[in-house]
Amino acid sequence: MNKIVLQVKELGKRFGEGCPRCSGGDPTALERNYCPACGTVYALSDVSLDLFESEVLGIVGESGSGKSTVLNCLYFDLEPSGGEAFIAQYKNGNESIFSGSGQTRRYIRNHVFGKVYQNPVLGLKMKFSSLANIAEKMIAAGNRNVGAMENRARELLTHVSIPHHRMKEAPANFSGGMQQRVQIAKALSNNPPILLLDEVTTGLDLSVQARVLDLVKQIQRELSISMLLVSHDLGVVRMLADRTIVMLNGRVVERGLTDQILEDPQHPYTQELVYSLL
Amino acid sequence: MGYVAIKGGTAAIEASIARLAYERTKGGTVLDVDRVLGGMRALIDQVMSESSLYSEEVAAICIKQAEGSPEEAVFTMRAFRSTLPRKHYSNVVESDSMRVERRISATFKDIPGGQILGASYDYVHRLVDFAMSEETDQSATEWLTAWHDATSGTPSATASAEPGRLPKVLDYLRDRGLMKRVEVDHTEPKDVTKEALSFPTSRSERLQVLTRGQTGTVTSLGYASLRGYGPLLHPTVAELRVGYLPITIADPFVDEADGTDDEDAYYIGEVKVTEVESVVPVAAPRGEGRSEIEFDIGYGICLGQNETKAIAMSLLDQCLQHPDPAFPTHDEEFVLLHIDSVEATGFISHLKLPHYVTFQSNLDSVRRSRNSKQASLADRDVDLPPAPGGGV
Amino acid sequence: MKSLYNYAFFDEGSKREIRRASLKAIAIPGYQVPFASREMPIARGWGTGGLQVTLSLIGKSDVLKVIDQGADESVNAVNIKKLVGKTTGVETTEETERATLIQSRHRIPETPLREDQVLVLQVPIPEPLRFVEPSEETTKRLHAEADYSGAYLLLFEQIMRYGRVSTGADHPVEVRDRYVMAPSPIPRFDNPKMDHSSALILLGAGREKKIYAVPPYTRVVSLDFEDHPFEIEDVTGRVCRQCGAVDVYFDELVDEETGETFFQCNDTSYCLARMNAEADR
Repeated sequence: MNKIVLQVKELGKRFGEGCPRCSGGDPTALERNYCPACGTVYALSDVSLDLFESEVLGIVGESGSGKSTVLNCLYFDLEPSGGEAFIAQYKNGNESIFSGSGQTRRYIRNHVFGKVYQNPVLGLKMKFSSLANIAEKMIAAGNRNVGAMENRARELLTHVSIPHHRMKEAPANFSGGMQQRVQIAKALSNNPPILLLDEVTTGLDLSVQARVLDLVKQIQRELSISMLLVSHDLGVVRMLADRTIVMLNGRVVERGLTDQILEDPQHPYTQELVYSLL
Repeated sequence: MGYVAIKGGTAAIEASIARLAYERTKGGTVLDVDRVLGGMRALIDQVMSESSLYSEEVAAICIKQAEGSPEEAVFTMRAFRSTLPRKHYSNVVESDSMRVERRISATFKDIPGGQILGASYDYVHRLVDFAMSEETDQSATEWLTAWHDATSGTPSATASAEPGRLPKVLDYLRDRGLMKRVEVDHTEPKDVTKEALSFPTSRSERLQVLTRGQTGTVTSLGYASLRGYGPLLHPTVAELRVGYLPITIADPFVDEADGTDDEDAYYIGEVKVTEVESVVPVAAPRGEGRSEIEFDIGYGICLGQNETKAIAMSLLDQCLQHPDPAFPTHDEEFVLLHIDSVEATGFISHLKLPHYVTFQSNLDSVRRSRNSKQASLADRDVDLPPAPGGGV
Repeated sequence: MKSLYNYAFFDEGSKREIRRASLKAIAIPGYQVPFASREMPIARGWGTGGLQVTLSLIGKSDVLKVIDQGADESVNAVNIKKLVGKTTGVETTEETERATLIQSRHRIPETPLREDQVLVLQVPIPEPLRFVEPSEETTKRLHAEADYSGAYLLLFEQIMRYGRVSTGADHPVEVRDRYVMAPSPIPRFDNPKMDHSSALILLGAGREKKIYAVPPYTRVVSLDFEDHPFEIEDVTGRVCRQCGAVDVYFDELVDEETGETFFQCNDTSYCLARMNAEADR
């Protein structure tokens, strides 16, 4: 088996203070992921996962299941309430990335992770040129050569099929599918070993979805990047992920090879999900 | 070639200043400061409030000097305030010790202690009173005498209520559990005129900035929050009071550590203020998935009688206690950094200053970018607005 | 009712507070120190930041020079000089060499400054990242983490759009390899004068309530890219019509009679000194 590039241990994210009833970690104290006594929402409870080199790990679940929260915590968009995450690039994997300072976190964001958001507004500067959007991550990583950054940005935008004559345009002028492709190019700009993909095809037309998925597949094949792929759509996960994790109410309810989960779902929720796909 | 002197500036400026003095005096009559004090109570109150300096006399001089421009008068008064040594902070004033002249509530028809209308423009018709042009000191005195005669024996006409006699409307709501209970907070407030704001701010800092805000800006932003730039919760004025608050300072010769009590305090005078307590219904979680509606309070207080401003301030205070990036009125940086008269008028008016150097520098960039555009037009020439940045 | 203003307008407590902020600014080059900016008798935006710094420092033996847009006689300069003169009675001068304290808006004098001189610059917008990020809370964090990619991104975007960096005045600088700082709206021509300047440079922003500093002999680098090096305004081929100076920053003027464009030193006292030296010869 390949080596592990990202290890998440007992990740937790709570919105609210918690109370004696819910803070013990007993899932039966909650209604779904919500404590009726104090109103605290347990968006993530005890989520652990390993991501292997050049693997695509799918995370499926309904909206509110916590799957996007996992990515938000890893990309430091949200501060987790508990748990740890390890990558080889930070202190040889001996210390959790959540213990890092603001500067370390930025380093990890800029060098280790690339992220594609469901909503391109969060991932792009809509009024800056597409080239500048790609360059932003390289600038943040310390690159100070315009020619080199422009070339790299053109290469990446070509890769995601943005026509040459539109590269100086701002993503605000682009269609949803094009914006998503610019985001993917941006996420790839520093050759990150790990890509975080959050519902990258949600809200796109079917034909556009297919193109974006093809692109992700192609990138994965060519660059052997490890990917955490979040989707509510089992079809997307089936097409891309080697292994899959199923989440419900902030917890992992099932995990395994994607094929195995599709053939023989164990958890009632997964069964429901799989049957609805057929 | 002889010695060359730079010429122009100083002489022209002196002439402009003289011209300004001419404009104020050219009619051959000048305003008596006493008359400003006597007849411009509203403007004096507005200027004192925006200046955050309580002195009717200095305000009157500034108003005269500024030919009645509140912008200029506030500016002058603030600059004067900067030079005053600040030797004491007053003791905490409990506002129920107010000598009330006016007091209204929109929450209940009958409030304990009753509604006191006092003096207000709320009940007059805004018809031009052409008799004003005929009014003389003598006719005014006659009216006064007649009024005194007619009202003698009815103390309510001039005298105000005894301090401490009027219960607060909010206390009524509190006693019935309808208001959030808050702990009394004795944290020493930061003085925003001595320490720069840093965000996020404390409530005491926000209240200080709001109370010295430009009347029109406070009103407009409060209006915006009420009209829909906010979560549309209709506030109600629980109580609006206008009256005098006694100000005391601690005995400077008693060591604070030994404990000071009110007996040792020095009474240094009273200030007229407008105080508003608004109530806004909000949802409060009560556990077991339930919420209850309870009342949140918005607080406004201004030097002088400035009722619209004080109400608007109470709305903004409540808005800023619930930050929400979706609404500028709930964004403390947006509200607090743009509400000050001296800052806003100063930066706008600085656009009149010469900008030859920066403009010449911009010109250089424009010329160069023209040249380089002509040199290479490899890419489709997209029509883009100019990049942000550049000199001010 | 009469009132006397204190020496240098402020009460002594206020002056001490402003000096403390200035000392902190000198100790952390390029870092914007918040201070309780006072309201001044001249308008916010008209140099109140610089004025407060000047008033907090000025002593009876100081010789003051005030310039605006390179000119001693510009309205803003005259105004400030008059106010400081009125409240301190110190000597004022137009000669850069004679001044001990120089307050300036938008220019650093052409005459090189010395160790015994202090330059005070007036600043409208002290935050170099303001055009990238409107929130003060956020820009403060970006400075703390030395995250200046936004400033570079602006320059990069200009190159994408216009083929070159298109900043006018106020081109951002990095001070002593740490803080990125707005040099105030001086032309790019003056940016290099900040690098290892012999004189202390203090920058005051009254409305925005910040003081920051470039101590003497401190490294100041204008932001740029390896393949798009920082460039000052092009003054090649320009000659001052009055004194014949070259390689200075110019005012561009039009001869009303002939309609021809001509150039003149922007720094009027520098031009004057050259002309008088010529006349003496």
